[in-house]
Amino acid sequence: MLNPDSVGRTFEGANSITVTQSEIDAFCAVIGETNTTVAPPTFSIRISLEQSQSILSDPSIGLDWTRLVHGDQKFEIFSPIKGGDTFTCSSTIESYRVAAGNEIVTVRSDLKSGSEVALSSWSTLVVRA
Amino acid sequence: MVNSGGARMIEVGAALASHTFTINRGLLKAYADASGDQNPIHQNEEFALSVGLPNVIAHGMLTMALVGKFVTDWAGGSSHVTHFGARFIKPVIVPANTDVDLTVSAVISAVEDGTLTLDLTATSAGVKVLGMAKAVVKK
Repeated sequence: MLNPDSVGRTFEGANSITVTQSEIDAFCAVIGETNTTVAPPTFSIRISLEQSQSILSDPSIGLDWTRLVHGDQKFEIFSPIKGGDTFTCSSTIESYRVAAGNEIVTVRSDLKSGSEVALSSWSTLVVRA
Repeated sequence: MVNSGGARMIEVGAALASHTFTINRGLLKAYADASGDQNPIHQNEEFALSVGLPNVIAHGMLTMALVGKFVTDWAGGSSHVTHFGARFIKPVIVPANTDVDLTVSAVISAVEDGTLTLDLTATSAGVKVLGMAKAVVKK
């Protein structure tokens, strides 16, 4: 179970991530996008879910990543991602509830370039009972 | 600039021409490699059945990526999208050696200063797979 003290807290990732053009090219190729100058709107999931998982895997937070199902996903894009961009990531546990024994957690991930947020994403994750 | 093809007018209630994408096991493998999501429920039938799924299912984020392609094609490119969200309500089921459809349509639900909101519908084999799917694009 999630530690109630974790709700509302923001956890900062330790490392910065640099997006390569070849990662964007590969993602575009799968969906048939030929213009690879900026990343497609959902590309950041590649960074944000992995970062959130590593940032929020501390046992004191109490989130069980092995039994997660993706419930919904939302992106707010302030500045489209380009090859060579470097970001730091922070993850915030925005909400938490238990329904029929399932834990429902909404995690917001912010990708920041310096102090500017380039992209925020919200993942609602369901930990199945 | 928004490509008005499909929607006669940029006005609330106007429908965009629908588009059908093809999803198969090969695409799931390609998406797994490009996204880093190697969860076996998207590739291994035996594993998918063992966890109670009807068959291998597509990544929800692959479905969303394809719906995103529909949006960006209409909106004039990836840099035009400012908001995009959806709920995963039913899985896209992908049997072996089979092409399944992902059929996407949209209606303009708001026109504001500089932006348009699209209400999106995505179905596979006639079943609605996304709920509350919306995108906001720059005009």
